[in-house]
Amino acid sequence: MKPREYERFIDFQFILGNHAIAEGAIAAGCRFFAGYPITPASEIAERMSERLPDVGGRFIQMEDELGSIYAVIGASLAGAKSMTATASAGYNYMQEGIGYAIATETPIVIVDVMRLRGAEQATHADIMQVRWGASGDHEMIVLAPSSVQELFDYTIEAFNLSEKYRNPVIVLSEMTLSLMREKIMIPDPDEIQKVNRTRPTVPPEELLPFEAGEDCVPPMASFGDGYRVLYTLNPHDKSGMITGDLDIYDALYERITGKIRRAIEDIVKYKTYFLDDADIAVIAYGSEARSALEAVKRARDEGIKAGLLKLITVWPFHDVLVKSIAEQVKKIIVPEMNIGKYYWEVKRVSECMAEVVSLPLNKGRMHSSSEILNGIKGVA
Amino acid sequence: MAHPNLKYLRKGVLPHMFCPGCGCGQILNYFIYAIDELRLDVDKLVIIGGVGCMSRAPAYLNTNAIHGIHGRNLPFATGIKLANPELTVVILMGDGGCAAIGGNHLIQAARRNLDVTVIVDNNGSYAMTGGQVSPMTPIGATTTTTTRGNIERPFDLCKLVEVAGGTYISRWTTAHSGQLINSMKKAIKHKGFSFIEVIGQCPTQYGRYVLRLRDPVDNLKWLRENSVTLKQAEKMSEEKLREKFIVGDFVEKDLPTLEDLYVDLEKRARIN
Repeated sequence: MKPREYERFIDFQFILGNHAIAEGAIAAGCRFFAGYPITPASEIAERMSERLPDVGGRFIQMEDELGSIYAVIGASLAGAKSMTATASAGYNYMQEGIGYAIATETPIVIVDVMRLRGAEQATHADIMQVRWGASGDHEMIVLAPSSVQELFDYTIEAFNLSEKYRNPVIVLSEMTLSLMREKIMIPDPDEIQKVNRTRPTVPPEELLPFEAGEDCVPPMASFGDGYRVLYTLNPHDKSGMITGDLDIYDALYERITGKIRRAIEDIVKYKTYFLDDADIAVIAYGSEARSALEAVKRARDEGIKAGLLKLITVWPFHDVLVKSIAEQVKKIIVPEMNIGKYYWEVKRVSECMAEVVSLPLNKGRMHSSSEILNGIKGVA
Repeated sequence: MAHPNLKYLRKGVLPHMFCPGCGCGQILNYFIYAIDELRLDVDKLVIIGGVGCMSRAPAYLNTNAIHGIHGRNLPFATGIKLANPELTVVILMGDGGCAAIGGNHLIQAARRNLDVTVIVDNNGSYAMTGGQVSPMTPIGATTTTTTRGNIERPFDLCKLVEVAGGTYISRWTTAHSGQLINSMKKAIKHKGFSFIEVIGQCPTQYGRYVLRLRDPVDNLKWLRENSVTLKQAEKMSEEKLREKFIVGDFVEKDLPTLEDLYVDLEKRARIN
């Protein structure tokens, strides 16, 4: 049979955002995908169904989002790097399984293409859902790319972080980004840095599957390796056994959440623009960071000392980073495509140091640069 | 001398949490006999439970195991089997997880002919939470959520799985030790979706409040007295059968499994 023309695409491509996510996943070593159709995320499943058999991977369309999230967890426990993709309303259903993945420390990647409730429009409405939407104590790692290239790059990063920290990682896309085509560069697979979960090296009878070293992340065996690990949502000790000892429970969640908090410098990715001498800082994520950068440049042209902190990793929230900006500037503006939610997080750490202004736009589209520029002028 | 089958249990798990005389303990015991007689490689065995009495059993077995989520056993199994078809996957669950919250997962996995074995302990109620009505509670039964009698018809789980596409289907009670162990062995060896419904006693809830039988032995006698074989059932009227459990093998057929069909599909793809 003739190889398909897009069998290996390396080099420059003009490509749909959702397809870039799928290609990023395959480049990262993803070999299992389960999903349930939902606009505007369906193209990810379509692309994965076509591409996975070519690379020895497996795809299944499940009966619902709950089925998808648990199939993905099952595949990861059996050793495959796994991903699912959904959109806001579908993410609701997946929250149950995400809680299980956190408790059992199963590496998985979930794409959430945010959309307006009940309509196919752009939004940042899920910014809190992806942080808090799972039962039990947890920290989340959430990456919010702002371009099709970043969708590719940070899907790879999402796999690497999930394997490294044994935690679910969310790629937070937006309808606009996922359904947009842009020119991107796909590197040679050999040049892509891939992280794989650490495997246990001790004999099976000696393994305590939930005992971690200094990094707080235990090595992970796959089903069938001979280690016979029990995975449970219930409080469990280092051997994995269910326990009613609440001191053990306390220590377990201190470790599960602490492994993320202690590695915040490694996990949080961001970019700064014109911040060195800025009086006004814009803090933005996702597609809003694009308008914000343009607005900051235009403000500079008009003599206003504005700068931008573009957050790629939106969770965990980097308190120290935002605080350092609040100490330096007089005003902070937070543009968002929702009722203004991430603003509160910025305000929490900036209080008494800088005035924080929310710039929400909840109309299914991103801010124009003029709108953000007006926001900057309004506080200048 | 320790019992030779103790090697199948994790160290330090006894005593288990099942009530005295519970059918779950029996089913766990029969299952251990089945895997022992099959000489199954437990390193390659994955047991999936959930939440509830029967669903706790995987936490006791010294194998690869999943515990703690209600009703999602089959999606876990789907991911595991597609990622590594070499593994033997057995699901232990109750009637609540199987017929209510996990009902859609059950029929979809049967439709796909996923190569797994599902063993359901049907004790006719949600026992762990206090004996509420389940989709398997008979009409008229008074439970903690049907104090004036249950007005809903129960499922026939074996028929449900049959029309959904299951390829090995059988029903026994906890009073049929030999037959049930044999059936478990057949189910595990069968390539395709295997389903065993075990009518199990719950002396704490269903037995005590619905049957008014507190003694586990009386519960087991009741199960045996109310079971009829397929052959006996042929001669009985539908009305009489409504009060009985038909036991035996209902379906045994060979059809390609989801995993087999995926391998075929891959042959049509270009493997890099």
